[in-house]
Amino acid sequence: MVSLNDLKTPKTNTWCPGCGNFGILMAFKKAFIETGIEREDAVMVSGIGCHGKIVNYVNINGFHGIHGRVLPTAQGIKLANPNLTVIGFAGDSDQYNEGWGHFAHALRTNVNMTLIVHNNMVLGLTTGQATPTSQQGFKSKSTPFGVIPPMLNPIAHALVSNGTFVARGFSGDMFHLKSLIVEAIKHRGFAFIDVFQPCVTFNYLNTYDWFNQRVYKLEDENHDVTDHKKAIEKALEWDDRIPIGIFYKKERPIYSDSLSHVKNEKLTKLPKQNIDITSAMKEMM
Amino acid sequence: MIVNKVSLLVGGEAGAGISRSGLLFAKSCLRGGLCVFGANDYQSLIRGGHNFYTVRACEEEIYSQADKTDLLIALNKETVFFHKDELISGAGIIYDQEEFSITQEELERNDINLYHVPLRKIAKELEGPQIMENTVALGAANALLDYDTTILNEVLQDTFNQKVAQQNIEAAKRGYDYVKENYGNSFGYKLEKTESAGKKRLFLTGNEAIGLGALNAGCKFYAAYPMTPATTILHFLAPLDREYKIVVMQTESEIAAMNMVAGASYAGVRSMTATSGGGFSLMVEALGMVGMTETSPVIVLAQRPGPSTGLPTYTAQGDLRFAIHASQGEFPRAIIAPGDVEECFYNTLDAFNLAEKFQIPAIIISDKYLSESNGTTEIFNQNKIGIDRGQLITDDTYTQEEEYMRHKLTENGISIRAIPGIKGAIVRTNADEHNELGYTTEDPVLTTKMNDKRFKKLEGLTKELENYETVKFYGPENSDITIVSWGSTKGPIREAMKILSNEGKNVNFLQILYLSPFPINKIKNYIKSAKKTVIVENNKTSQLSSLIQEHLLMTVDHKILKYDGRPFNPEELAQRIREVL
Repeated sequence: MVSLNDLKTPKTNTWCPGCGNFGILMAFKKAFIETGIEREDAVMVSGIGCHGKIVNYVNINGFHGIHGRVLPTAQGIKLANPNLTVIGFAGDSDQYNEGWGHFAHALRTNVNMTLIVHNNMVLGLTTGQATPTSQQGFKSKSTPFGVIPPMLNPIAHALVSNGTFVARGFSGDMFHLKSLIVEAIKHRGFAFIDVFQPCVTFNYLNTYDWFNQRVYKLEDENHDVTDHKKAIEKALEWDDRIPIGIFYKKERPIYSDSLSHVKNEKLTKLPKQNIDITSAMKEMM
Repeated sequence: MIVNKVSLLVGGEAGAGISRSGLLFAKSCLRGGLCVFGANDYQSLIRGGHNFYTVRACEEEIYSQADKTDLLIALNKETVFFHKDELISGAGIIYDQEEFSITQEELERNDINLYHVPLRKIAKELEGPQIMENTVALGAANALLDYDTTILNEVLQDTFNQKVAQQNIEAAKRGYDYVKENYGNSFGYKLEKTESAGKKRLFLTGNEAIGLGALNAGCKFYAAYPMTPATTILHFLAPLDREYKIVVMQTESEIAAMNMVAGASYAGVRSMTATSGGGFSLMVEALGMVGMTETSPVIVLAQRPGPSTGLPTYTAQGDLRFAIHASQGEFPRAIIAPGDVEECFYNTLDAFNLAEKFQIPAIIISDKYLSESNGTTEIFNQNKIGIDRGQLITDDTYTQEEEYMRHKLTENGISIRAIPGIKGAIVRTNADEHNELGYTTEDPVLTTKMNDKRFKKLEGLTKELENYETVKFYGPENSDITIVSWGSTKGPIREAMKILSNEGKNVNFLQILYLSPFPINKIKNYIKSAKKTVIVENNKTSQLSSLIQEHLLMTVDHKILKYDGRPFNPEELAQRIREVL
């Protein structure tokens, strides 16, 4: 059994004091322990941005990749070795700007993995520019007169793109977030959690207080996670009341269910010497 | 009568099965014991336009298409007028007069034999699809060449399902009979089975050879986005996924493909992707990540003319410098340029071994001409190049005595690789600069050390490659002229050498197969002893010349460059060499 101590790394944490990422880090560690998965059997993949540093702060297999590309890298790992539990971490600009195309396709491809998006609605590490989830009118270094277009709605998008596990968490509610992560990891398919994570340095608008006043839990209102229409309706809620929790959950064949030929093969144990290509050469004679 | 030496061209609209019928003819020549080369030329459209496939068959070894055509199968009138000037005196045209007429006046020459065959009518009589007129034409070609019909029948049988095969065999027979009845043995060319008939050889494209190499190398993960001329690797591997237990995935983009193969490589699986210049541009970001994380995918870069979309279905060698320098920052890589189908196979095996052994990306650089032309080669020796994955920790070999360090600093720069999932070994890698454990670092001392570590591998790779055929040399040692080139120009160069040698001219050829690391010492010896050096390349700026200048501080004497999207023709090249001799 993995302990909190096992997950410790020698790296000094460089997130700002009070950063919303701490809640995600702790929720993930606790969730990981709860799943009972061994450290060697899981891989964390992260993109670039403050969130990306998380690979430095948890002592399990890790791939700190590049901006926007968490999903294809993570999918490559999972498809190569389905025995690994793969958890992708991304930032909001990372995933919803540069990685938006991959996001749409991961939802439909349904590779069995988890994606956790640290959504602080601002670009932190590049010192505070707007992102696709920054609210309209949000003033930042790059938008001194306020963000012009309306914000993206990743939850609604995930729902209409055939996402099989769509959830939202709040790093200010660590225990709730932990339970979402546990559920996501257990889910057979592509599990997506958007996590509100206040940036205490650059986002003066969406603060802990701001979220605390608005978020409510879907489970408290007996939300039916199998009701797709209702989930979309809930995804559109904003302003005064903002739901967190699991919006929608559904089992659908995962990508590798159709790869029956490699199901019982440990691809990592291959290649073997002298692979016989005689039959493949026949066509060319 | 010219025996066993023919160049056939099949031309028509896209969608008319042009390359298929060229291939059928080529295969029947191959099985008759001839050496065959097939090249296709097609435009970037699906229907209409002008497509053609040339087959050159010969008793001696041949390496490229010919300049001239002996027999033309014209499925539309356009084909005749596009190619009439390439026709040799005494050449024949098979065409369907009921579809379009040709006169000698229109041709403006009277040394061409016109062979009308009611292609469409026969296909209709047999209640086959219109596309079957191709096979009627093939039968007609066989009759003109007085070639054994059983071979073509066998090829048809092996290509189609039983019912379609029978229909096609009948179609070929009708075409054959029509020609024999109406024209007898009037054509001045003849094909005969040779002593090698029945001997099994391969007739395949560069892309198929790369695909076979990947399978033989144990590639278990292939991800790609379709892009001409790399797409046929995807087409080749996809139907074989079950038999060879390989994951073949068409991704949403080249960006995804490259990141996926990097992920798969990290997870411990041999992985490959293929694309052309535009797709490679998108992959460059992840190529740098591969360099930094020391993962080892194989990347096929099949060039076409650029910049931008360029001529999407034509050939060029303009991406050499791009491949060598692609990515921000610096890191070692292997760039291998096969020049024929045989090298496509064996070099792919080498690419996988080198990539894993040195934990670097290996790029196989080819082009449309090599990717999609068919060449004849001996059956590949599957046991010639074994699988060498380099230093690898497995469940059985990991002792856990010390903490596993994915990027451990070592004498030779190679850190022993562990695959995630091994008990006790945490495998952490990082696109940020990192320490031995894979944790991010910004420490200046460590930054220098890690950079040095990665480049130490280049020393090892350079040394390792001393035992490889990084260059090949053809022709007499002391020649008036030494051609230096890389990649697919090899075929036309070797053909041009034959032409010049028949004229008593002394030419030799240095082929460079490894462009990075550049085999400086081997090249230096050859270039030093050359009387006159001539670079032959399918690009505008002679990128190979610049590499020679950079690495050897030597300038070449002449450059023969072609960048119209078409490969060199042998006679054309020979003429340009004569000019500098």
